[in-house]
Amino acid sequence: MAQTKRDPALIDAWQDPTARPFLQIQQVSKVFESGHYAVDEVSLEIFRGEFFSLLGASGCGKSTLLRILAGLERPTQGRVWIDGEDVTDTPPYERPVNMMFQSYALFPHMSVAQNIAFGLRQERLPKAQIKARVAEMLELVHMQDFARRKPDQLSGGQRQRVALARSLAKHPKLLLLDEPLGALDRKLRERTQFELVNIQERVGTTFIMVTHDQEEAMTMSTRLAVMEAGRILQIGTPSEVYEYPASRFVAEFIGAANLFEGRVEGYDEAAELLTIHTEAAAQHITLYHPTPLAVGTPVAVALRPEKIHVAAQIPNPDTNWVRGTVKEIGYLGDVSIYHVRTEQGSTVQVQVTNLARRTAGPLTWDDEVLLAWDEDAGVVLTL
Amino acid sequence: MSTLPSATTASGPSSARLRLQFDRGVKSLTQGRLGRTLVMATPYVWLLVFLLLPFFIVLRISLAEMVLASPPYTSLWEWTQDQTLLIRLHLGNYAYLWEDPLYLAAYLNSLKVAAIATVICLLIGYPMALGIARAPAGWRLVLLMLVILPFWTSFLIRIYAWMGLLQNQGLINQLLMWLGLIEQPLALLHSNFAVYLGIVYSYLPFMVLPLYATLVRQDLGLLEAAADLGARPWKSFVTITWPLSLPGVIAGSLLVFIPAVGEFVIPDLLGGPDTLMIGKVLWGEFFANRDWPVASAVAIAMLLVVVLPLLLLQRIGERQTTQKVNP
Amino acid sequence: MSGRRSFWLFTGMAFGYAFLYLPIITLIVYSFNDSRLVTVWGGFSTRWYVALLENEQILTALWLSIRIAALNATFAVVLGLLAALTLVRFSRFRGRTLFAGMVTAPLVMPEVILGLSALLLFVHLEQLIGWPDGRGMTTITLAHITFSTAYVAVIVQSRLSQLDVSLEEAAMDLGARPWKVFVVIILPIISPALLAGWLLAFTLSMDDLVIASFVSGPGATTLPMVVYSSVRMGVSPQINALATVIVVVVSIGVLIAGWLLHRSQRSSDHGNLRK
Repeated sequence: MAQTKRDPALIDAWQDPTARPFLQIQQVSKVFESGHYAVDEVSLEIFRGEFFSLLGASGCGKSTLLRILAGLERPTQGRVWIDGEDVTDTPPYERPVNMMFQSYALFPHMSVAQNIAFGLRQERLPKAQIKARVAEMLELVHMQDFARRKPDQLSGGQRQRVALARSLAKHPKLLLLDEPLGALDRKLRERTQFELVNIQERVGTTFIMVTHDQEEAMTMSTRLAVMEAGRILQIGTPSEVYEYPASRFVAEFIGAANLFEGRVEGYDEAAELLTIHTEAAAQHITLYHPTPLAVGTPVAVALRPEKIHVAAQIPNPDTNWVRGTVKEIGYLGDVSIYHVRTEQGSTVQVQVTNLARRTAGPLTWDDEVLLAWDEDAGVVLTL
Repeated sequence: MSTLPSATTASGPSSARLRLQFDRGVKSLTQGRLGRTLVMATPYVWLLVFLLLPFFIVLRISLAEMVLASPPYTSLWEWTQDQTLLIRLHLGNYAYLWEDPLYLAAYLNSLKVAAIATVICLLIGYPMALGIARAPAGWRLVLLMLVILPFWTSFLIRIYAWMGLLQNQGLINQLLMWLGLIEQPLALLHSNFAVYLGIVYSYLPFMVLPLYATLVRQDLGLLEAAADLGARPWKSFVTITWPLSLPGVIAGSLLVFIPAVGEFVIPDLLGGPDTLMIGKVLWGEFFANRDWPVASAVAIAMLLVVVLPLLLLQRIGERQTTQKVNP
Repeated sequence: MSGRRSFWLFTGMAFGYAFLYLPIITLIVYSFNDSRLVTVWGGFSTRWYVALLENEQILTALWLSIRIAALNATFAVVLGLLAALTLVRFSRFRGRTLFAGMVTAPLVMPEVILGLSALLLFVHLEQLIGWPDGRGMTTITLAHITFSTAYVAVIVQSRLSQLDVSLEEAAMDLGARPWKVFVVIILPIISPALLAGWLLAFTLSMDDLVIASFVSGPGATTLPMVVYSSVRMGVSPQINALATVIVVVVSIGVLIAGWLLHRSQRSSDHGNLRK
């Protein structure tokens, strides 16, 4: 993962109650003429220097929200503040915000250098200054040799870098990126993820990125927001969202999760242990949970596949295990994924790291296995 | 989200109007009211004055009577001495069109000639379009340009070229006599045959272009799939290529048929005295007989009988294709 | 699989192209015929070209036609561009259906009707407001602009609707105001379509006999009108010579356009190869 070292003053700004947010979105909604709520009462605060991701499936409203920040759409209601200034009614050409478009939107009749200079020319900067800035940007994205090329003479990766340079050339206070890596193939995308994060750290600009790729969002962001149906479901750092999903949707959207439904049977306040009765496992499930829940509350337990292990014997105390047979094996090289059909009739995904050089791990089809997990492996989700 | 409806209604009618403007999105040039109005109004007013208004004038004059004056028609209304407005609609021109068999024959003949010429155009144009579409990519542009090139040269001169070829002493007759196929020169010029030839020759590019456009977009994998499933080339043409090219066939046919119906120059120069076509009749009424009211009536009848049905047909066809594209 | 099929296709194409070009080729060949009789070869000569150059009537008509065509094309491009912008960008306004109908009407309207209606309009206008004063170059140009606009609008409209809206959004995002976006982004990108529209409008006007015949007046005789009256009298070698000149000029124009297009494509291909 690209979690490189970041400035500690920046990274924790959202935990500091005295910090002033750089971007404030207050109860913004966007209703289209059809009556469809593309964005539904979204409020969000983003701090200076963050790399923030809006993550969601297509049609969840993340792109509309981004376009509202750029000024390309006006919200039906709500306000947007950037650096303390209300920009809700400011047209795009007067906002201190630039955007990198999903299609890159490079002007086909202008060279790379002219594309990068375009925004600077709108500001009527002196020629020498424009030239210097263009050279600086070309260097930033390693495109010095291509300044005179036209966009249709560039590869996809080169176009992507020109688009980035163009949107950074005006030193915007806020850079918006709409699926910036969406058009690149997998290998290039992985390399570019790191490059983008490095550039962001070098220029120090606040980035807001829209993506549907959860791995991309996890890798690159300081924080991310998971969106669905125009609403934000959860905001947090990548590890917070992964380890402590706030809802079933988030648990299943980010990574894979096994869900066991059940009811609270008891709570041990001293040990902060929650006992859950479920039909899906052989015995009770006990999990750490910091806050007490009333007996009988319906809950779901989310267990990541990598947090379940194949056990040799029934654990002590006699909780947190199921027995089943291996039905499917997915060999992914570094790990193998097993789909195990439990005695209770559900399917559980288990991920096993392939430590030794074997083709398909230690297990094979129709093997009987015992699966177990620790008390801090799962998250309890109230419904 | 129960708070939202109350929040929107609470902001009152002024913000509702504001919102309406916002919902159009922020698009260049649509912003300023003045710019928007200017962009829209200039062509709108021009077309109203120079295209729509004239049709009402034609309609008006078709209801007038011919007189020997300048302009050669009566006025539709007049103030009589007892302060009444007298409007006289003279329907005689239309009755005349109906009663004189010449006009009906001319209409029907125009439709027949145009239809037959369209079919011939399709027969010649389809192989050409298919050949161009299947040619190596580098050749397509050249072959296509060769089809369009004659269109850019003068229309009259292309008709004139056929006059030279079709004459009694023209190359075609000379060739046929030299071959011994005929003894006497055939009367090719000033015949219905020449009219068909002229229309097909002039409008062939209009058939080839839309056909090419649909054919070149066809996925060749479909033919490979058909061959793989056992269809012989001819069979896969009938079951795959042809049905998929129907939109192009329809577009091309309309592009040939519509102008051919009202054609004047071709029947006039290549046709004989007995070649009855409605465009020629209108021209004759106007220039030879100076009967403006009857010429106007012919024009209105032509619009109602020929052009409007075709426009409706095209509309329906368009709607069907767009429905297919986004179901 | 396609050996036999290619043969049929090839035969069909060869026939089609022969059909298109043989008449034009004979026309050109006989323009160099010394004989007055177009059909009898009397030896090579360029005397009909000399006669053409001395034909005052044809030269005057040619000059008039060129002026009308150029004026018409220029106005038609402006009006056609505005009409296309209206159709593509203003999705809903009162009278949109009427407007769209009027834009496409000239494409399907028989020329005799367009000519007759234009003439009757000019006669009426003259009666009512005294303008246009008589008929001639002005009325021909006005009538030509009206139907050429439709053709330009169709060409520009198809280009505009393909235009990626995010290009304009990007320009605005980088600080360009709407008017600037139009001038700096939209116009340059659609300029090939505008040029094509201009050329088409020019050609349509140069080629029009029917509408011009209706709306022209004494003293305003366009080239097609001269050719028509001469052709009605029968074939004449001078017209062959004129036809040859037209074909050569147009072919050179098309060749240059094609070469430019080819070169621009090649250069971008080249760039892609070096990536």
